[in-house]
Order: sequence, then C-alpha cells, then structure tokens
Amino acid sequence: MESMTMETYLWTTLGAFLSLCIFSFLYKDNPFYKFAEHLVAGLAAGYFVIILWHNGLKPNLFDYVGDGNFYLLWLDSSHPWYMVPAFLGALMWTRFSRKWSWVSRWPMAIYIGIGVGLSIPLGMRNAVNMQLFSTMRPMAWDNFLGNGYLDPTSGFSHLLIFVGMLAALFYFFFSKEHKGVFNGVAKFGIGILMIGFGATFGFTVMARISLFIQRIQKLGEWSSISWTDGAFTAIWLIVCGSFIAVGIYEFIKYMRNRGQTKAAA
Amino acid sequence: MKRQLPLALVFSFSLLMIIQYFIPHDISLYVNEFLLKWIYIIGIFAMALGIWSLVRVSMAKIKTKKEDWQYSIVTLVSLFLMILFGFDFFRHFFSAEGLKNQMFVHFFDYILIPIQASMFSLLAFFIASAAYRAFRAHSIVATLLLVSALIVMLRFNPYLGPVGAYMEKTASWLLNVPNLAAKRAIVIGIGLGSVATALKVMLGIERSYLGKD
Repeated sequence: MESMTMETYLWTTLGAFLSLCIFSFLYKDNPFYKFAEHLVAGLAAGYFVIILWHNGLKPNLFDYVGDGNFYLLWLDSSHPWYMVPAFLGALMWTRFSRKWSWVSRWPMAIYIGIGVGLSIPLGMRNAVNMQLFSTMRPMAWDNFLGNGYLDPTSGFSHLLIFVGMLAALFYFFFSKEHKGVFNGVAKFGIGILMIGFGATFGFTVMARISLFIQRIQKLGEWSSISWTDGAFTAIWLIVCGSFIAVGIYEFIKYMRNRGQTKAAA
Repeated sequence: MKRQLPLALVFSFSLLMIIQYFIPHDISLYVNEFLLKWIYIIGIFAMALGIWSLVRVSMAKIKTKKEDWQYSIVTLVSLFLMILFGFDFFRHFFSAEGLKNQMFVHFFDYILIPIQASMFSLLAFFIASAAYRAFRAHSIVATLLLVSALIVMLRFNPYLGPVGAYMEKTASWLLNVPNLAAKRAIVIGIGLGSVATALKVMLGIERSYLGKD
C-alpha cells in the first residue's frame, strides 16, 4: 500500500463518508442522505456555471470580443457581431420582470428556430434514412447460417433484423386493423420489441451493478488504508462509529414505536 | 410584437438552417457554425435563469423556515464555494486558471464524483425490485422479456462453466440482432415523430413555447 498524506486521506474519507450517506437511503430517507443530496445539487450547479463559462462563453464569445473596450460594450472589437447573441442571451433575463417577460420570447424563438431548422434535415438523415440504409443491405445468401453458433454477421441475422424492424414498426401502425396475417406480424413485432427491452434492461442492471461494485471497492480501499496509520484509524473509527451510533439509535426508536403500536392495539 | 414576431423568427431561422444544410458552400458552413455559436451563447445566458431560480427557491425556503430549510443553506454554500474556487477567488475570469484551482479539483474528485457514482449505483437496488415486478412470466411476451434479460445479465457469470461461453454468445447475438431490430424501429419512430413536431413548430401550429398571454 503506497503511503498517503493526511490531506489526501481526509479528502478520501470525505468521499467515503458521502458515499455512505447516499447508501443510507437504502434504509430510508434520512438527514445524512438529505445533506449529501443538497450538497451535490449546489456543487453540480456551481460546476456547470464554471465549465460553461470557461469552455463555453470564453472560447465562443470573450475570445472574439476581448480586444474591444468594456465601457463601449465591446462594440469596437474586431468581431462586434458576436455581441448580437450575447445581447439576445441577456434578453432572456427579462423573464425576471413580469412586465417585460414577453421580450424573452425573441431569443427563445431564435433558439427554437435554429434548433428546429437543424433537427428537420438531421433527424431525417440520422434517425430515418441512415437506419433504413443500414437495414436494407444486400442479403448474404452464401453466408446464410454464418460461422458457428448464433453468428450476428450471418445472412439469417440480417434477415431477422430487416423483418423484425418492419414487424416492430407495424406494431405501431394503427391505420390498418391488426387482424389475421397483420395480427401475426404485429405479434412478431411485439416479441422483437420485448426481447430488445429485456436485453436493454439486463444491460442497464449490469451497468448499475458494476458501478455499485466499483463504489464498494473504493470503500474497501479506504478502509484498508485506514489501518496503515494510527491517526487514519482514529478517523475511520469516528466515521464508522457515527454511522453505527445512528443505526443503533434508529433501531431503538423503531423498537420503541413498535412496542407502543402493539400496546395501543 | 408579442406573438407574431416570435413566430416569424422561428419560421425564418428554421428555413435558413434547412436551406443552408443543402448548400455545400463555405459561406453556408460559416453561417451554420456562427448560428450554432448563437444558440450555445443564448443557452448559457439562459442557464443563469436556472441558477437564479435555484438561489431564489433556496432563499425563500430559508426565509420562511420551511421543512428541511437547513439543507438549502448547504446547497447555497456549496454553489457559492464552487463558483468561488472555479474563478480562483474571482481573480481569473477570462483564463482557465480557475479550472486548475486545487479546491475546485478536490471538490470535483472527492465530493461530486463519489456522490454521483453512489447515487447511480444505488439504482441497482431499485432496478432489482422493479425487475421482480416486471419479470413475472404471466404471458409469452413477458417470458421473452424475462429470458432475454436473464441471458444478458448472466453472460459474464464465471460460475456457469462451459455454458458461460454459449451464454455470452447468445447475449451478444440478442444485443446485436433482435435488440438492434427493436432499437431501429424505435429510432425511426422517434425520428419521424420529432421531424413532424419540428415542422409543426416551424409552421406555427405548435406554439406552446410562447406561453399564455
């Protein structure tokens, strides 16, 4: 185990303490969890302010108008037209006023207009055309069964992707009543969708489990470091002891309430 | 001015963006990049509204001493501290020195990351209870959901021995073939839906973003 300074150990302890605060929610909502929850809300908001300022406003606005005069609102800079989006952005703040809040519709409209104008051709290209293009490929008849067990590159797999996609789309197509053959197609479509949802669900569960394992490993590392130094051990005991003390207090409170409920009944 | 001008702005800017998409010229590319910067800058200015809203709600909670008002102090203090360190004690507004501030980095590494990772890992437990309810095999389609999820979850299980290799191949096939077919159908549906909605916004049929008055 490599040596660690007291400062790094204290920061690591804080991280471990906050992880335990979050895990305490498994019991029930409690002050530890609420503290960590409100802490992360403030920190995350502050973090995004800083990141968007340094990585967003600075390269896209300040770097262009920075050679201008502050007292002239940078209008004498070499790129004065960059003040237009800044002015529009500032108009968003008219929402603070009840009387003038309607002015914020202008920058909002420009924002939505640009977004909509981008999304129509890009949405058609990426979400529709490219998906159809990738699905409707020439059939690999010479490799229909593929190499080995369940080959995803086989012709059969390509055919299943094509037919499955059409059937799944048909399931959402309500202009034709799902009767007879169409009912069979729709049922095949829902089957494909359910397999897809199941696979996605399993994948998500495993991602969460791996995150949990990683957090437990981190707590384990922190715990093992704690036994390398007397001062570290004392801090470890304080942190774990406080959680155990709160646990015992909650348990006693629960038992008392249970006794009172039984007596009342 | 209140309603007609925003509608005209939406229509003209969206038309401009659609036209420039089909013109592969340097000027068209410049317009595209310039307008993308516009929405980026406007979006960042709008974020100030969100921060102000957070501050206002927290302040109101503290003033009126609503339930759990003490935690709002934690939110406000942590927000202020992160901004203070991010601007390196308000010494560096226009250089990235603040991002290297030791406290800013420590707050990110030892507070933000552990809490967010723990919150996401906590979902493992809740997703497990959701799975219990969703995975009851009461019909053929529910059984399909159950079986495919189980195969994907068990694919890296080291205790399955020789069956494990088949499980891994089956999971890989499930993810790359039926799952892909389902995903493509959903993506195409979402794509067509979003284009239809975008057209409605562009033509002024959908105007809920304008508000009421």
